[in-house]
Amino acid sequence: MTPEPSSMTASPPSPTPPRPAPRPPAPRRDGADPADGTALQTRNLTLHYGSLPALKAVTIAVRPHSVTAIIGPSGCGKSTLLRSFNRMNDLIPGVRIEGEIEFAGRNILAPSTDVVELRRRVGMVFQRPNPFPKTIFENAAFGLRMLGLRDRAELEARVETSLRRAALWDEVRDRLERSALTLSGGQQQRLCIARCLAVEPEVILMDEPASALDPTATARIEELVLDLKAAYTIVVVTHNMQQAARISDRTAFMLSGELIEYDETPRMFTSPSQKLTEDYITGRFG
Amino acid sequence: MTADALTGRLSRIDKARSYDWTGLACTALTAFAALLVVLMVAVIMGNIAFFGWRTVTWEFLTATPREGMTAGGIFPAIFGTVALVLLMVVALVPFGVGAAIYLHEYARPDAWYTRAVRFSVNNLAGVPSIVFGLFGLGFFIQFLGRHMDRALGLDVVWGQPALMWAALTLALLNLPVVIVTAEEALRTVPREAREASLALGATRWQTIRYVLLPQALPGILTGAILSVSRGAGEVAPILFTGAAYFLPYLPQSPTDQFMELGYHIFVLSTQSPDVDATKPILYGTVLVLLLLTFLLNLTAILLRSRMRARLAGRQ
Repeated sequence: MTPEPSSMTASPPSPTPPRPAPRPPAPRRDGADPADGTALQTRNLTLHYGSLPALKAVTIAVRPHSVTAIIGPSGCGKSTLLRSFNRMNDLIPGVRIEGEIEFAGRNILAPSTDVVELRRRVGMVFQRPNPFPKTIFENAAFGLRMLGLRDRAELEARVETSLRRAALWDEVRDRLERSALTLSGGQQQRLCIARCLAVEPEVILMDEPASALDPTATARIEELVLDLKAAYTIVVVTHNMQQAARISDRTAFMLSGELIEYDETPRMFTSPSQKLTEDYITGRFG
Repeated sequence: MTADALTGRLSRIDKARSYDWTGLACTALTAFAALLVVLMVAVIMGNIAFFGWRTVTWEFLTATPREGMTAGGIFPAIFGTVALVLLMVVALVPFGVGAAIYLHEYARPDAWYTRAVRFSVNNLAGVPSIVFGLFGLGFFIQFLGRHMDRALGLDVVWGQPALMWAALTLALLNLPVVIVTAEEALRTVPREAREASLALGATRWQTIRYVLLPQALPGILTGAILSVSRGAGEVAPILFTGAAYFLPYLPQSPTDQFMELGYHIFVLSTQSPDVDATKPILYGTVLVLLLLTFLLNLTAILLRSRMRARLAGRQ
């Protein structure tokens, strides 16, 4: 099946920042590129679960309207880093965070941050498809309802738009009132993406979004990610290096809570500058 | 152990075994214990059904007691029981679920006040029901009711045994059951559901209201079912707080006294002037109480299974 044409032409939910024409010579090692701007920027981000360090002084800049992949072996801190971007780690008791995460010109780790607003602007798709045990429509409309949108026509329009963007509309248009749990795993995951798109986030965090899916469903999710990057900034955690190579523009490699290397994906997979990266991507460990 | 002793043991294992009398005795004893339960249910149910079914006529269900409760029906008691249990559930579930939400969502697990709440819940569950009855009399009627009357400038309206005070006393008695089952129900909602909601920009309260509670509802209903079964049968808590010995009319408001099946059974079996004449009515009343409890339970169980089906995506 081909992706929805409308998902390609979908207008970005937020105005794209203006891009100056001249490019500076070389991006900094942390990936910050003044020309492209930065969607998310961490500085010396250190995180402990109790006394256990999970992130060690991670400094990384995520570029807007691109796909950034975070790879690394289990327990390297890649999910923890991802979940720092929308402060989902707050939910875990005993977490200590130091450093900075800049989003939209502000340090989101500051106590004054409106976490609810942050999470609306930085959406998240989880490893296991986790639709609510509600109808397909109510799943897609959930975030909008939480924002207080009541108007039925408006809800319907927005639900349709987000389902189209998530390339799910044609499969579910006739059964919006059926339970979301009647969908296949891949469809459920696309519904979760649609649910996330409905509140018009700027950044979408994906935590191994295809690891619970079969190859066909995985391919569709990957296609979708490539479609969506025109309008959104996407950060995807994956343990699947082929997937990172297929869908990402830049790749970060993490090990034991440290950011080992962060570079353009093709360069990362052909000529990594770090020995550890090379060892990992050639399958010597991990 | 020496090699010889070991060989001795091994040879004993090899030896052809005599019949395993110990095993047989254990099986028989445990089976008897299990059978006893079945027998008790059979005897109680059979006895009541056998002696009671003839009494339970339409007239019995719809008429008021007559001739010193040796004739007539038990409708006021049926009505009173249903009203009592419904009022109790209305008062009980919001408080119980509220406490469960606080314990599960807001309280820090090891804070001293959280432990104090849990300690109280556990101990409340162990308080004998007659003590709840006395508490209801002392607190609700003599303290709260009297002060309400005084503040409102009324004669005795609230400061006397009433349907509402009895329902509240029963609600207190059942509070631990509802708190514990509701908290258990909240705990079974998968973490993913909560995270999904928060990640969409829902507030904590919205997450509780629109994600956790709907998914926990069948479990919460289980607690309500348990409390209804217990509430319909408990006599001690309502003894001083609202149940009436005999009332030829139905309660018109929550401040009225009421007849109740459990208490009516107590009255029939101990206070009747003519024990033999009331015997059929006694059996009939017990049967009705059992059936009513069963019916209330059945309704709630059906409701719960419908909710579960909806949550599981089968409509």
